[in-house]
Amino acid sequence: MLKQISVFVENKPGRLAAVTEKLFEKGINIRAFTIAEAGDFGIIRMVVDKTDEAYRTLKDSGFTVSLTDVIAVEVEDKPGSLHRIAKVLGDQGINIEYVYAFTSREHKALIIFRVSDVDSAKKVLENLGVLFKGEIK
Amino acid sequence: MYWNPSIERMSKREIEEIQEKRLRNLIWTAYEYSPFYRRKFKEAEIHPSDIRTLDDLKKLPFTVKQDLRDNYPFGMFAVPLSQIVRFHASSGTTGKPTVVGYTDSDIRIWVESLCRALVSCGVTSDDIVQIAYGYGLFTGGLGFHYAAEKIGATAIPISAGNTARQVELMRDLNTTVIACTPSYMLYLSEYASQMGVDISETSLRMGIFGAEPWSEETRKRIENKVGIMAFDVYGTSELSGPLFTECIERNGIHVWADHFLVEIVDPETGEQVGEGEKGELVVTTLTKEALPLVRWRTGDITYLETDKCACGRTHPRIMRILGRTDDMIIVRGVNVFPSQIEHVLMQIPEIGEHYMIFLDRREDGLDEMKIQVELSERVTIDTTAGILELEKKISDKLKTVLNVSAKVEVVNPGTLQRFEGKAKRVVDRRKI
Repeated sequence: MLKQISVFVENKPGRLAAVTEKLFEKGINIRAFTIAEAGDFGIIRMVVDKTDEAYRTLKDSGFTVSLTDVIAVEVEDKPGSLHRIAKVLGDQGINIEYVYAFTSREHKALIIFRVSDVDSAKKVLENLGVLFKGEIK
Repeated sequence: MYWNPSIERMSKREIEEIQEKRLRNLIWTAYEYSPFYRRKFKEAEIHPSDIRTLDDLKKLPFTVKQDLRDNYPFGMFAVPLSQIVRFHASSGTTGKPTVVGYTDSDIRIWVESLCRALVSCGVTSDDIVQIAYGYGLFTGGLGFHYAAEKIGATAIPISAGNTARQVELMRDLNTTVIACTPSYMLYLSEYASQMGVDISETSLRMGIFGAEPWSEETRKRIENKVGIMAFDVYGTSELSGPLFTECIERNGIHVWADHFLVEIVDPETGEQVGEGEKGELVVTTLTKEALPLVRWRTGDITYLETDKCACGRTHPRIMRILGRTDDMIIVRGVNVFPSQIEHVLMQIPEIGEHYMIFLDRREDGLDEMKIQVELSERVTIDTTAGILELEKKISDKLKTVLNVSAKVEVVNPGTLQRFEGKAKRVVDRRKI
């Protein structure tokens, strides 16, 4: 299971840079990233290579940060890959709260899921042979 | 412990006898020597001989801030300038400046009042008092300074601001008591932890906070965060400066009735309200020489308790200042005190101590109130829905208390303005 870092930020110029600056200073690499935006503010969600250090760094800098369990799935970077997973989860009645994806040299396509029922989702995806169990480099 | 036990514990009847005698004397002196009061009494068709008992007080006209401005600088003084030993002046941020003069006796009575107060809340000659109120024309710094020295405590006259130095000296000189605004105390503790200093591990044991209205919830927050006892202080520059504090019972602020006569009036009608009812505090200075004030409208909303306090003192107590008549904001025709907003906000654990209130007028003429609060660093909300829900929870609570709706905006911790002196949290951007 992966840990995702969520950071509360106001929707103002420079707020994202304030977060990324702290991570850059510590040489932390962001592997997947998304912003959920809601008017005056947003929530930055990301998966990084050094999660604990990133969490501490942001917290010490006064940000409101939280860690969330998310599921990662590793699939071939080709048509139909996401569909196969979304369908299985849907068939099992597991709700996807949000999802974002990234590709990299080290991994195939990695898709990050936050779901309503983490345990069931893990089982289903493990059976499908797509659950990512490695470490984010 | 008492500073002046025979006076602080004297019977109500004895206090009233002193007050009556001093009131008659005050009215004669004001009439004889202050051109302003002579004119004012004549306009109200009052002769000093009409004022014989405390009950006659309500025949007298009020004195208001505008009188001080209109008679700037010396028009209200009741002594020749040669008898004045000091001036304090207000900056005039809300209007023309005002100036207050003090005779030697005025200074002595001011210091005496605050000495009684400091002893009543437990300050002793062993204490080291860091005075982080402004020194200079503002009365806070010098007021505390002379009283702290007089009771034999050690004064650190650091004045306001320079927060890093405040933390350093607090730690190095083993400060036990701090005097500053409550908002500055909160800022100071944040600043200290950024410097790696935990104030609760220093010798600091109590704080005397005032110069701006604050709530019981803020008191709890300060006490929990910094690990000290927090006491309320009251005074205004026109009445001399800081004069009264809570006693160790913390059940109201004792007003030294041998020098100051207090009433509570309805701010609209000026009529005295019933016992224990809330209204505007009105003070008559019984012994001030240079600038005597007859029925001074303080603008502070509070109520009075007159029964004997558990500490043994008989002097009346003003309860927490609920707001100021001139702080009152009118939003969509509804009267709102910033202190009511603070009261609600401080009960919500997910947010910090700092807040700002913005008032705007929409094109259709309707007022909008927006309140910014900082999300606490301890919160672990990781969805936008969670934040929106929190904003809604706060705005619903405000609506029930204020009877007017406010938009609540949660912002990043540490991004709202911090104040070193009196906090100015209301930004009125309405064009009238």
